[in-house]
Amino acid sequence: MRAPSSREAALGEVLLAVEDVSLAFGGVRALTGVSFDIRKGEIRAIIGPNGAGKTSMLNVVNGFYQPQSGRITFKGKERTSMRPYAAAEGGIARTFQNLALFRGMTTLDNILAGRALKMRRGFFWQLIRYGPALREEVEHRRRVEEIIDFLEIAAIRKVPVGRLPYGLQKRVELGRALAMEPDLLLLDEPMAGMNLEEKEDMSRFILDVNQQYGTTIALIEHDMGVVMDLSDRVVVLDYGRKIADAAPDDVKSDKNVIRAYLGEPHGVSV
Amino acid sequence: MDILHKVFIDPFVQMGMAPDLLVQTLWDGLVGGVLYALIALGFVLIFKASGVFNFAQGIMVVFAALTLVGLHEQGVPAFVALGLTVVVMFMLAFGVERLVLRPLVNQSDIILFMATFGITYFLIGFGQLVFGGNPKVMIAQQLYLPSGAIEFKGLGGFVSLQKIDIAAVIIASVMVAVLAVFFQRTRIGRALRAVADSHQAALSVGISLEQIWVIVWFAAGIVALATGIMWGARSEVSFSLQIIALKALPVLILGGLTSIPGAIVGGLIIGIGEKLAEFYWGPLLGGGIESWFAYVIALGFLVFRPQGLFGERLIERI
Amino acid sequence: MLYREAGQYKTNYAADMAVFPILQDRIGMLVILLVAFVVFPLAGSDFTLNAVLIPFLIFSLAAIGLNLLTGYTGLLSLGTGGFMGVGAYACLKLTTFFPNVDIIIWIIASGFFSAAVGVLFGLPSLRIKGFYLAVATLAAQFFLEWCFIRIPWLYNNSVSGAIEVPLRTFMGIPITGPTATSLTRYLVVLSIVVAMTWVASNLVHGRIGRMWMSVRDMDLAAELIGIRLLRAKLLAFAVSSFYCGVAGAMMVFLWYGGAEADVFAIDQSFLVLFMVIIGGLGTLIGSFFGAALIYILPIALRAIPAAFGLPIHPAAAEQLTFVIVGVLIILFLVMEPNGLARLWQIGKQKLRVWPFPY
Repeated sequence: MRAPSSREAALGEVLLAVEDVSLAFGGVRALTGVSFDIRKGEIRAIIGPNGAGKTSMLNVVNGFYQPQSGRITFKGKERTSMRPYAAAEGGIARTFQNLALFRGMTTLDNILAGRALKMRRGFFWQLIRYGPALREEVEHRRRVEEIIDFLEIAAIRKVPVGRLPYGLQKRVELGRALAMEPDLLLLDEPMAGMNLEEKEDMSRFILDVNQQYGTTIALIEHDMGVVMDLSDRVVVLDYGRKIADAAPDDVKSDKNVIRAYLGEPHGVSV
Repeated sequence: MDILHKVFIDPFVQMGMAPDLLVQTLWDGLVGGVLYALIALGFVLIFKASGVFNFAQGIMVVFAALTLVGLHEQGVPAFVALGLTVVVMFMLAFGVERLVLRPLVNQSDIILFMATFGITYFLIGFGQLVFGGNPKVMIAQQLYLPSGAIEFKGLGGFVSLQKIDIAAVIIASVMVAVLAVFFQRTRIGRALRAVADSHQAALSVGISLEQIWVIVWFAAGIVALATGIMWGARSEVSFSLQIIALKALPVLILGGLTSIPGAIVGGLIIGIGEKLAEFYWGPLLGGGIESWFAYVIALGFLVFRPQGLFGERLIERI
Repeated sequence: MLYREAGQYKTNYAADMAVFPILQDRIGMLVILLVAFVVFPLAGSDFTLNAVLIPFLIFSLAAIGLNLLTGYTGLLSLGTGGFMGVGAYACLKLTTFFPNVDIIIWIIASGFFSAAVGVLFGLPSLRIKGFYLAVATLAAQFFLEWCFIRIPWLYNNSVSGAIEVPLRTFMGIPITGPTATSLTRYLVVLSIVVAMTWVASNLVHGRIGRMWMSVRDMDLAAELIGIRLLRAKLLAFAVSSFYCGVAGAMMVFLWYGGAEADVFAIDQSFLVLFMVIIGGLGTLIGSFFGAALIYILPIALRAIPAAFGLPIHPAAAEQLTFVIVGVLIILFLVMEPNGLARLWQIGKQKLRVWPFPY
């Protein structure tokens, strides 16, 4: 475990502030008055039972859903209703529970696709390729290879992603998000469907990303062990409302959280 | 100013001045619309039950009509030819299920759509090889379909309603009613609806997808046959019908791909709409706007209401 | 044994990302270009050039155009015929107004007009997807067909409604019009197609190709990495229509020598679509394979029985073509949805390890 005080000191000012956000689909209220913030450099976990609205929360931050009320401030600017590409341009990257990879492309191309915003060479240069466009491709290829080395997926770089096993696909998706060099990385159940070894690898990657690149991370996760070990602070949602927001140890023993996950004790006296 | 007058005022003045022509145009549009609706109905049947967008529906109309007329030309009596054509359509449905749908069972929608292109071209070539490419006359008399017209004076002039058109509307309505009852009340109809909802769930309760698909393509084939007879009786049986059948696509867009009432309403809107446009606004543009007007209506709809009037809203979940 | 990568090391990323990484492929490409530019002109008969190679090249270019839109970006289009027509008519008007400007320039320039029309009819693609978009492109196709017939200005008010191609020269040699030889026309078409194929290859191997493929594979995810969907889709429509437009202009000016309005009817759209499907969606080489198969098939069907002494009625040959094309499409979709291009790839894989089985 890290020494809390030095880590606390390392965390910066508020990067993302969610204020009183509510989201509904027809009659279904996905989120009701949720407020929390994420500080620069921290690893924030969002947990809660199934259907609590965690993915919806990320979708709102990402720009996929527009909330009916509330405010979102990112990097000091009000950004409540932005389109996903604007979120990407602003420095937010995301992975998905059910994977959103480009199945027709190789690992390398998928991660290179993540460099789309950073590639600036104009249409005319693309038409002739040789010259500035190719030089730019090579430069970005170099960056992508660093990410591939970091994630230890060099052996599968030319394999079409549709053929990869699930765990590796998740890594490729993480690689694509990292290629965007985001300020805020949103991970939706990055460990889902993984065995113990894969989880340990993924945890290591997440920690490294946070520590080496200084990326702020928000992650949705069900594995409590991972949540406790990795995160600085935890937000707990239940039925679209926030029921706890504190350090992992405090959240673990919070009565409301226990009730949300395990239900009410029915007083069986033995 | 003159243009505005010509577009927004004149046509309506014309409509008012000659109400008999208006009624005539509306009637022609209605009949055309009914026939489009029938073709669209075939699409909807197949799409609802197998998720396949059957581009070949139009050519099935032509093929069915051709088979009927071709058999009769060979000396087969009219109603026997009709029965044989029904058998042929069944064999076609069976063949399509076996040779096209089954091998492609898990492929994406666009692959199945393109497979129906293949069926289309196959039927065009095959039909022409076997029956010849020349336009043919539908055996309307032999099938006891009425001919001639009912004319009545009034509304300042006179309106002429072809009896075959009236018959077409009646037969189409009966067909739609029968299909509606079939879907709602019978066991097979229920099974069809189940398959349309979810292939896996239907399989898990023991419904045979293959059987359902044959049934539904056969039903679409019968609808195609009826359409072919009606349409052939009104004009002639030729391969140009296949292009006209493409007009069913805008109908589907208006009505939604999965709705039977939608196909009817959509058909009527398109049929009447394009006839009115051609007759009253067409002269402004040099005529012939019927060839594309339906598509432009559909395009307009798509932009504002992508699922059509009655279709289901597609919600993409991430 | 002949075809393998062993011993060919890539020492930098640029080499690894080359379009033809394997030496044998590069040699093969050179051989093809040699045959095309030298052998055919010297040895090919007028018939071969006029009735086989020129149309093959023109259709390949149109197929590349459609492939960029449908294969790489995933936007199904049935408007190819119309877009080709826009190019042809634009070229006619340009050369009518400015007869002294080099016709080759106008052929290329007519692509821009096609591109503009393509972008206009591509605007609905923001809201509409899949089959619905196909229907929107049908609107474009039928509307453009109507224009080609009903706007006499387009075909220079000629009484027959058809275009007649005027004589134009390049450096003193007639290129279009009745006096242009098939050799001249072949070389012009070949040069244009080779150049534009090279450009298409550059596009698809770079960031734009990746952008289009992202939109095709999952447009929600594409948005997430910062791609603006409308811009990407409109760019696809623009480039694709440009290629189709140039192909259309070449078709009228460098092949037929004239055109009736129904040359660019919906049948043309279907024809090119089949070329793309059978050849291989999302590949450039597939465009060539598909064009070759679909175009050569009817010729072969007429020629082969004749070679055996069994004459076959031309109408029957055409109908047989329809039947075979229909069956081929289904067969391909069942066996290899990725078309001839994928079969070619598999063939090369096997060749790599030949004579060993794997």
